[in-house]
Amino acid sequence: MITLTVNGTRRTFEGDPTMPLLWYLRDELALTGTKYGCGVAQCGSCTVHVGGKPARACRVLMSELEGAAVTTIEGLHARGEHPLQVAWREIDVPQCGFCQPGQIMQAAGLLQRTPKPTDQEIDAAMNGHICRCGTYPRIRAAIKSAAEKSS
Amino acid sequence: MSANEFLPWVRRAAAPQALPDVPAPLDAGCTTADSPSGLQRRTFIQLLGLGGLVMAFGPGGVRRLEAAEPTPGAAADPWSPHVYVRIDDDGAVTIVCHRSEMGQGIRTTMPMIIADEMEADWARCRVEQAVGDPKFGSQNTDGSTSIRDFLHKYREAGATTRALLEAAAASQWNVDVAEVFARQHEVVHRPTGRTKSFGELVTTARTVAMPAPSSVRIKRPDERRWQGRKMPSIDLVPMTTGTAVYGADVTLPGMKVAAIARPPVWGAKAVSVDEAEARKVPGVERIVRIPETPIPGAFLPLGGVAVIAKNTWAALRGRDALKITWDAGPNGTHDSQAYKATLQASVRAPGKPGRTNGDAGAALAASSRKVSAEYHVPYLSHAQMEPMAAIARVQDGKVEAWAPTQSPNDARNTLAEYLKVDAANVTVHVTLLGGGFGRKSKPDFICEAAFLAREVGAPVRVQWSREDDLRHSYYHAVAAHRLEAALDASGKVTAWLHRSAYPSISATFAPNLPGPSPDELTNGASDIPWDIPNMSVEVCPAVAHARIGWYRSVNAIHHGFAIGSFVDELAREAGKDPAAFLLDLIGPDRKVDLSKAGLVGAGDTYYGAPWAEHPLETARVRRVVESVKQRSGWGTPLPRGRGRGIAVHRSFLSYVAMVVEVEVSPDGTVLVPRATVAVDAGFVANPDRAKAQMEGALIMGMSNTLYSEITFAEGTVQQSNYNDYRVARMRASPHVVDVHVVESEGLPGGIGEPGVPPAGAAIANAIFAATGVRVRELPVGRQLDGWEARASDKGRAVAG
Repeated sequence: MITLTVNGTRRTFEGDPTMPLLWYLRDELALTGTKYGCGVAQCGSCTVHVGGKPARACRVLMSELEGAAVTTIEGLHARGEHPLQVAWREIDVPQCGFCQPGQIMQAAGLLQRTPKPTDQEIDAAMNGHICRCGTYPRIRAAIKSAAEKSS
Repeated sequence: MSANEFLPWVRRAAAPQALPDVPAPLDAGCTTADSPSGLQRRTFIQLLGLGGLVMAFGPGGVRRLEAAEPTPGAAADPWSPHVYVRIDDDGAVTIVCHRSEMGQGIRTTMPMIIADEMEADWARCRVEQAVGDPKFGSQNTDGSTSIRDFLHKYREAGATTRALLEAAAASQWNVDVAEVFARQHEVVHRPTGRTKSFGELVTTARTVAMPAPSSVRIKRPDERRWQGRKMPSIDLVPMTTGTAVYGADVTLPGMKVAAIARPPVWGAKAVSVDEAEARKVPGVERIVRIPETPIPGAFLPLGGVAVIAKNTWAALRGRDALKITWDAGPNGTHDSQAYKATLQASVRAPGKPGRTNGDAGAALAASSRKVSAEYHVPYLSHAQMEPMAAIARVQDGKVEAWAPTQSPNDARNTLAEYLKVDAANVTVHVTLLGGGFGRKSKPDFICEAAFLAREVGAPVRVQWSREDDLRHSYYHAVAAHRLEAALDASGKVTAWLHRSAYPSISATFAPNLPGPSPDELTNGASDIPWDIPNMSVEVCPAVAHARIGWYRSVNAIHHGFAIGSFVDELAREAGKDPAAFLLDLIGPDRKVDLSKAGLVGAGDTYYGAPWAEHPLETARVRRVVESVKQRSGWGTPLPRGRGRGIAVHRSFLSYVAMVVEVEVSPDGTVLVPRATVAVDAGFVANPDRAKAQMEGALIMGMSNTLYSEITFAEGTVQQSNYNDYRVARMRASPHVVDVHVVESEGLPGGIGEPGVPPAGAAIANAIFAATGVRVRELPVGRQLDGWEARASDKGRAVAG
């Protein structure tokens, strides 16, 4: 049995220990904001925080999560008003929106470490994410806007 | 289905489907379009997550509608002045969006047009997603058609509703209707200033005679509140909080999850299946054969072996543990390298004419200054972020499906055909689409879910992996092009010969097709705006060996790349500035009715519209070119390794020009630091969403040009995931995309697709300007390795 917390709630898991966190979140907890895009940590759509740091939920196995604290997009901010979520809406970043929870979780990790990132730091942190609609320029702008407003 | 229905490369009826001009009463199934039959609405809203499909919104932001559920009785018979509009007795407005949302913003733009025309208060409107039903008119969300086909219908729906409410108020006050006007959810009596809210007028409005459509007054431009201005998307809150509902986010009680091993080659059949290892995977419950569909297969599933499990992980593991021996069939030898040579040979011989002006052959033969070049564009896959997923339930002879589909009516009809049930017994609910780009206009994946749901007697969600998505797509056609031109002594083009060969989309619907039809050339090859006296545009044979399908902007991708690159090559050969050369080539301002301009074998309509309605207007081509030339700093010096490229292309009835600036590092890596775009799409209802589409089209153009390629060996796709099917990422993407949306009251053109075709040529031309290397085969990939050492190569086209 594996015990972990997800968005502050204690959970136990007794299923297949090779199951990636992604499918546990989606299939068992119905936290569907974490998206499946590739399964091999190439696209970033499934990004959550494990122990406060961005992680690709498709490549973290349940067996690795004993005692871990997991935060998903649903738990990033109680009212959905994290500065990044607000900036995303102000700049109208999403097109289809599918990759955006993962993008926001990655950006939240970046701002925690680097509150005032340069363009190069943003590019380096976000380059593991794919947005097929091509919202990259607006994502970059939204991260900078959130960083400026947090000062 | 009849193959003929699908033969045109643009899958359209001869004319846009008519909508009922009189109000059609909504049946109960539509008023609760988000709700599946047999499930309590409350239950379903919990399943979907309230807010995913039912939202209230205001210009300043989005809020959830706490009381989204109708009160008993009120919802049973709401007033519906139009199939797109309902008004409850308390005045709450519901706008039914019949088009699929895949990032273009239609769930915002369609309602804002209607609400504007009816003078509704935006904060008191909510949007409901329609199920597939012909009463809504075409729901096939492709071909960049939502606004260009429906703008007038949306305005008419809003204006009709406004007229009825005004008539109701006049009746209640017993005054002349000319004395009243609607203003933000109420009707005002001008002489006295009295008002009645929309809610107070609903009962009377039901009894008012429906005005003739011709008598309904559409707002003048100066009366519009929102049309033509930026309107934030209504789905921003769910999309940024993880509550937006896409295909795989729908769950039904007792649902199973399926993963399918599909034939690796188009037309392959399973000879033997060893299920033993798959059955050992914990959570795997059943293994079901899906019959292989014979080639060409159209919208039907490929078939294969499905593993049914209690969760997604078990289904995927079980599927991967299957051991299947396949008989590859006739496409088992398809090989991209060999096929490239086949296509190249095809374009070196005359093809079927798609446009003939003057005598290009004679003019070329007589010329002493000839230029020729050949181009190659590989197969592409949409690789939309959301892999296909669909949920279905089959119960009591009724089929119900939930899917991220671009075309719920095609899905409905195909499900009916596949399962041999009456379409009246099929309901297709539309979720948000995590990207579509044409892939999700094909309902093969929805049929899989329904077939399996019937087989196992429980609701089934079919989940495609990314590998499934890349290996079993409906691919963008691989294409070869050959262009030849003659220049006179002054550098003016006197002859233009363009031949292309690519497997046709029609081959997905009709067996044994020898190649594309000349009509396909009207997607951006035979409808070019150049002022050249002698032109021959031809299409050459190419047999399909894979499923070919629509991919954002379709043939215009390779047409636009080849034509835009060749024009740049001609400019260099003529020793002229590429932008100045382009403007010369466009020539004097003129309106050309293309149906009388020498086209051969073209269809009855042009992008589904009457030819005469959309003449080629060269002044509009010139204007977008001049716009990007001026705003991009064209001609100002750039450091070594940087360059600008320009291209213009018309597709889907819109005109788009781009200047792209690239930075090529010494190791050959290409970055696109900035781009300038101008688009003339006639009237644009929501300019910020149009800008977003241009930004996205440019970046998709980067993917198509710099990175992406599907190749086949032994009939099988060689790529598997984003590690080897590469797409644009943030680091290479522009920091500045300056988009100029031309203000216009003209007939609307497309927005979703026309930005893609000029991007490829503009990028390739910029690479030439930066490095002297002419890219004629896509993707660019590693072709620029060591470019500095080759910088003396001016990349000139070989005189042919």
